[in-house]
Amino acid sequence: MAILIQFAIGLVFGIGLIVSGMSNPAKVLNFLDVAGIPAGTWDASLAFVMAGAVAVTFIGFSRVLKLARPFFADRFYVPTRKDIDSRIIVGPAIFGIGWGLAGFCPGPALTALGFGSASAFIFVAAMCAGMVLARFIAQLPSSTRFATPADPLET
Amino acid sequence: MIATPFTPMASLLGGALIGLSAVLLMWATGRIAGVSGIAARLFPPYEDREFAGRLAFVVGLVAAPILVRIVSGSLPVQTIAAGTPVLVVAGLLTGFGAVWGSGCTSGHGVCGLSRLSLRSLVATISFMSAGIATVFVMRHWE
Repeated sequence: MAILIQFAIGLVFGIGLIVSGMSNPAKVLNFLDVAGIPAGTWDASLAFVMAGAVAVTFIGFSRVLKLARPFFADRFYVPTRKDIDSRIIVGPAIFGIGWGLAGFCPGPALTALGFGSASAFIFVAAMCAGMVLARFIAQLPSSTRFATPADPLET
Repeated sequence: MIATPFTPMASLLGGALIGLSAVLLMWATGRIAGVSGIAARLFPPYEDREFAGRLAFVVGLVAAPILVRIVSGSLPVQTIAAGTPVLVVAGLLTGFGAVWGSGCTSGHGVCGLSRLSLRSLVATISFMSAGIATVFVMRHWE
């Protein structure tokens, strides 16, 4: 049952990406192209995606996190870290370069697979390789010796 | 460059659906709807027993356009301008950076900002700035 619910939740996320236009890399790149503001070609739509998503999540999280526990789990796994280390700046900067090159971030790239385009498959295959590489390097002794012991995936 | 129409209402509605999904995932599993974290944990090393649930979420993401096509009869335009070499480099950087920085647009941008997390705000400013700078260099650098 929990598996089916998580499939449905992924489906809602994917439909949101399609309806919002985020599944179209051209739209993402036209948002990131701030030189398009004076030129009149800037597509501000993505600001509305973020606004809609954050508004619903902000209200929803504040209500859900008041519950004793999640429906299918023993406890909430909310990130607790507050420190600003170099990785919280460098990682997103590297991700942002990739995002600006192709117009795909991880969610829309996965949803793009369902559009059946070969380009999406190439991007997702490379993205998965990058993810595995990052996790591998993060668990090497040399890279964790001086860092705070933490799961690299913990937000 | 291909011009795209400004779609505030559809984008707001789609964004709300993304938010609804994040809230439902927190309600059901107690976890952040961060797509990079969910996708990365489909690969070893495995730290918990949530593999099947994560796979189901990702399958849902992939199945969404198939469902939209069945229900509405068509799919919206999707333009991928990048060629294969750029796609490979972009994919590697996106996957590596999202894991290295503990999240992407969904985990930091949507869930993190909604939790008023300072780390997520820093991350969001960082990937937005890098994305804007990259597009500027690619399109306007002479």
